[in-house]
Amino acid sequence: MSDARAHYLNAGHSMRSWLLTKDHKRIALLYLASVTALFFVGGSAAVMFRLQLLTPHGHLVLPETYNKLFTLHGIVMVFFFLVPAVPTVLGNFLIPLMIGAKDLAFPRINLLSWYLFIAGAALALGATLYGGVDTGWTFYTPYSSVFSNTYVVATVMGIFVAGFSSILTGLNFIVTIHKMRAPGLRWFRLPLFVWAIYATSFMFVLATPVLAMALLLVGLERVLHLGIFNPALGGDPLLFQHFFWFYSHPAVYIMVLPAMGVISELIPCFSRRRLFGYEFVVMATFGIAFLGFLVWGHHMFVSGQSAFAGLVFSFLSFVVAVPSAIKVFNWTATLYKGRIRFHTPMLYALGFIGLFTIGGLTGLFLATLGVDVHVHDTYFVIAHFHYIMVGGSVMAYLGGIHYWWPKISGKMYPDALGRWAAVLIFVGFNLTFFPQFIVGYLGMPRRFYMYPPEFQVYNVFSTAGASILALGYLLPLGYLLWSFWYGPDAGDNPWGASGLEWKTSSPPPVRNFETKPVVDEEPYDYEGGRYG
Amino acid sequence: MRFVPPLASVIGSQVDGLFWFLCGLSAFFAALIAGTILFFCIRYREGADADRSHPPPRNLPLELTWIAIPFAIMLGVYWRGAQLFLRERKPPPDAQQVLVVAKQWMWKTQQSNGRAEINELHVPLGRPTKLLMTSQDVIHSFFVPAFRLKQDVLPDRYTTLWFTPTRVGEFRFFCSQYCGMGHASMIGRVVVMRPKDFEKWLASGRTPGAPQEQDPGRILFRRKGCVACHRKVDGQGPPLEGIFGKTVLLSDGRTIVADEDYLLESILYPAAKIVAGYPNIMPSYKGQLTPEEESQLVSYLERYGTGRQKEPRP
Amino acid sequence: MKGDGMAESTRAFAEQFDDPLQQKEAAQAGMWVFLVTEVLFFGALLTAYTVYRHLYPAAFREASRRTDLALGSINTAVLLTSSFTMALCVHAAKTGRRAALVALLALTMALGAGFLAIKGVEWAREIHEHLLPGPSFEFPSAYPGEAGRQAQLFFVLYFVMTGVHALHLVIGIVLLGVLAFFAALGRYRSDYYTPVEVAGLYWHFVDIVWIFLYPLLYLVGGPR
Repeated sequence: MSDARAHYLNAGHSMRSWLLTKDHKRIALLYLASVTALFFVGGSAAVMFRLQLLTPHGHLVLPETYNKLFTLHGIVMVFFFLVPAVPTVLGNFLIPLMIGAKDLAFPRINLLSWYLFIAGAALALGATLYGGVDTGWTFYTPYSSVFSNTYVVATVMGIFVAGFSSILTGLNFIVTIHKMRAPGLRWFRLPLFVWAIYATSFMFVLATPVLAMALLLVGLERVLHLGIFNPALGGDPLLFQHFFWFYSHPAVYIMVLPAMGVISELIPCFSRRRLFGYEFVVMATFGIAFLGFLVWGHHMFVSGQSAFAGLVFSFLSFVVAVPSAIKVFNWTATLYKGRIRFHTPMLYALGFIGLFTIGGLTGLFLATLGVDVHVHDTYFVIAHFHYIMVGGSVMAYLGGIHYWWPKISGKMYPDALGRWAAVLIFVGFNLTFFPQFIVGYLGMPRRFYMYPPEFQVYNVFSTAGASILALGYLLPLGYLLWSFWYGPDAGDNPWGASGLEWKTSSPPPVRNFETKPVVDEEPYDYEGGRYG
Repeated sequence: MRFVPPLASVIGSQVDGLFWFLCGLSAFFAALIAGTILFFCIRYREGADADRSHPPPRNLPLELTWIAIPFAIMLGVYWRGAQLFLRERKPPPDAQQVLVVAKQWMWKTQQSNGRAEINELHVPLGRPTKLLMTSQDVIHSFFVPAFRLKQDVLPDRYTTLWFTPTRVGEFRFFCSQYCGMGHASMIGRVVVMRPKDFEKWLASGRTPGAPQEQDPGRILFRRKGCVACHRKVDGQGPPLEGIFGKTVLLSDGRTIVADEDYLLESILYPAAKIVAGYPNIMPSYKGQLTPEEESQLVSYLERYGTGRQKEPRP
Repeated sequence: MKGDGMAESTRAFAEQFDDPLQQKEAAQAGMWVFLVTEVLFFGALLTAYTVYRHLYPAAFREASRRTDLALGSINTAVLLTSSFTMALCVHAAKTGRRAALVALLALTMALGAGFLAIKGVEWAREIHEHLLPGPSFEFPSAYPGEAGRQAQLFFVLYFVMTGVHALHLVIGIVLLGVLAFFAALGRYRSDYYTPVEVAGLYWHFVDIVWIFLYPLLYLVGGPR
């Protein structure tokens, strides 16, 4: 970083200038470093248990260790990677830039959010170092509240604290998007990424407190032996499941809506087309956010809830599939009559559409009552949600990182290498998770440290795929870090992209814009000839 | 290499039918989307010579079409799935009943004549069998892939599962709800036998010289003196014949369906829901019965007076 | 940029904003969004309460009669009064009366502390009467173990709900203390009193939560 121009990266090099920064861009980088580290922690756990599952009577680790590994994987990946990744890294960096603001509305709260996140992660990971937790990321009672002998309280408190980080982040985004848009940036001129983060923020604010309270009650129940969820004391264990999924189903959309927002930026830019059906995509975003709150019971079809509840939740789950389908169709239609360029971010975007489509379609199997009874809690479910979460969210996150990297760092990475990595990840992912659909229908339940031999062949495929996937994830880590210091300068707008974030210099100055931007164009105006 | 598990129940072939339909549907839409993307990517790649005039920014009829068609198909799938689900949830009245008690980390099953097994379940071919299930500790789930069925098993309440086996043989069952360290070792087998063999097997469990009466619930019902108050007429407690599944009027004016959970509650905590017209005088049996005995008694009450079970002599 | 044009020392708003109005609106919107979160936080508890009351109506009635209606009602009055004085604080800030603002903030804090003190007396009594859930819990009933078990759930919810509410009140009192300190220094003027207004929103919310808790915990038992 030797250029003379002042920007947010060279505005101070001390530790203090980073750890006490109130600049949303620096906070985004703090998050980037944290969630990347946590991603590799969660990934290492996955590598371990995939190796264990290579043979039916895997003797690599003890059963209790295996149970702690998949719990660690689930907790870290869901609460400390997937939920925060896109909103806190890309959202933090981009929202003020995209709406032409100098920062978020509450920069100090933004920094506080990061510290809460770190404190939560430290608590949860500290519990792991001390001996781990074996409840699964779902913390079902009464196992978690009475029977487990592991560090449940510290872990749920970690998630509780991190939950406040989510809430404050969401609050900050909502207020910022409402009150601080540049002149001329009407609601229906907002980039889809801003819409997606806006909808996600509402889900943060509305769903997280319910999880917080449920986990608080589990913690109290363990420490004080109360009976809220303990049937032996008159409590109802299903109430916990209701609370848990009231958060955790919207959380699925918290994880995927921002990813969809990223894709809605990438597809128009690299096909040089206006996003097809902009208004429909916006409405679909809110349709998903709203309906996402009404389908939690589809995790409980065989839990003992009433058949009537099953019928209602199944129906609503089919309805929520519609807006997701709308998005896929609109992205596809955006390619029509475009001038499509296949740079690294675009490969991730296309991969996202393919994998998300499979994830969405297999979701229909799970929404179908009669079929779900068979596949519930088997590897079919594992495969389905990894197609959504990894094939969807992680692909989009990586696509977004590659797209905005020139803006974040001011540098360009080797595009050819990036494309190879994207292909490697796509192949490795499918090899890992497609066999799990089959082994799931065959009846292999999840969370098994050993399994009957007839399931082995599919597990071997999965483990082989996982090793390719691991390599695929290490590549971008390497070349992005390299480019940060040694890469060629990228220029302010290397992709010829629309959007306010590309109208300032790269890396952006501390206050984002030299002069307050004024917006006089519709979003994604790639056909107007302004962007070449 | 198998792609589907062995199939051994009536409902299972219907589930498979719907599953294959969904597979076909998914393959069609996945191919449609992937094909379209591939086609556009080749035809409209940068540098390719293609007609790019008048690209449409939006198209309302098109949007409505691709909302309406998938939605209509989904409604059909929903309907079929719901139909199967309701079928799975409604056992026929003549189903043979078996008690299933789950605990970390084993399954105990018990036939109505008292024959008990561990991690095994013998059932007759072609006859409906209903499992009455409960757990002694955490939540488990009884899962028989060959029957395409599973149901969570909860502590302090009852859930049920029923099926009609269609194939003689041995089929695995699993615990599919994570329940702690030995979760993966809670595996057992369902043995489907021809009815004649099944009767023989059932009878072979009886110790020679033992009294005729073997139904453990019925024995309890007599030994604990329940029948002294719960007489057919003029008892101090409500008569219990055929009570199962009936709607009962309570003393506070509410009504409740007498299901397994209500029967259990009334044994353990009789005062919680008093039947209208009866005094609140029954003592609690909490702690007087083992969890297994509780289940045996509930299972007996469910069969008592429904024609499937003779009434005990007082 | 407008904000940067002003001298740093005299600027009455943070640099990420364009003007004081934007800052004020943002602060208010932020508090409203936060209160939405709070509604859901208490909402989970209210849901749990609803579920168990539906399951065990008789035990909940009986248990509710063991709470201290007199002290609960007095506390309701205390808290309502504090909301009134809080509203007066905002008014005093708006009209720029510094001394009145400090005095009213102190009064509101005192009322809040009074509420906590009375609540503390109630808790002490209930603990003394073995109503604190746990091994020492005792609930005399015709059938040991049964109504007691269900009544214990009522008291679990009672202590968690009132405890979480009291925690919110403690936070509110600290918040008002900070405001009173800055008010005494003269930081708030009639053209800038957003913190007082926003803290007022929070205080009223904590009050409203109590308005929901009071009937659910004290009144469902009916006449004693």
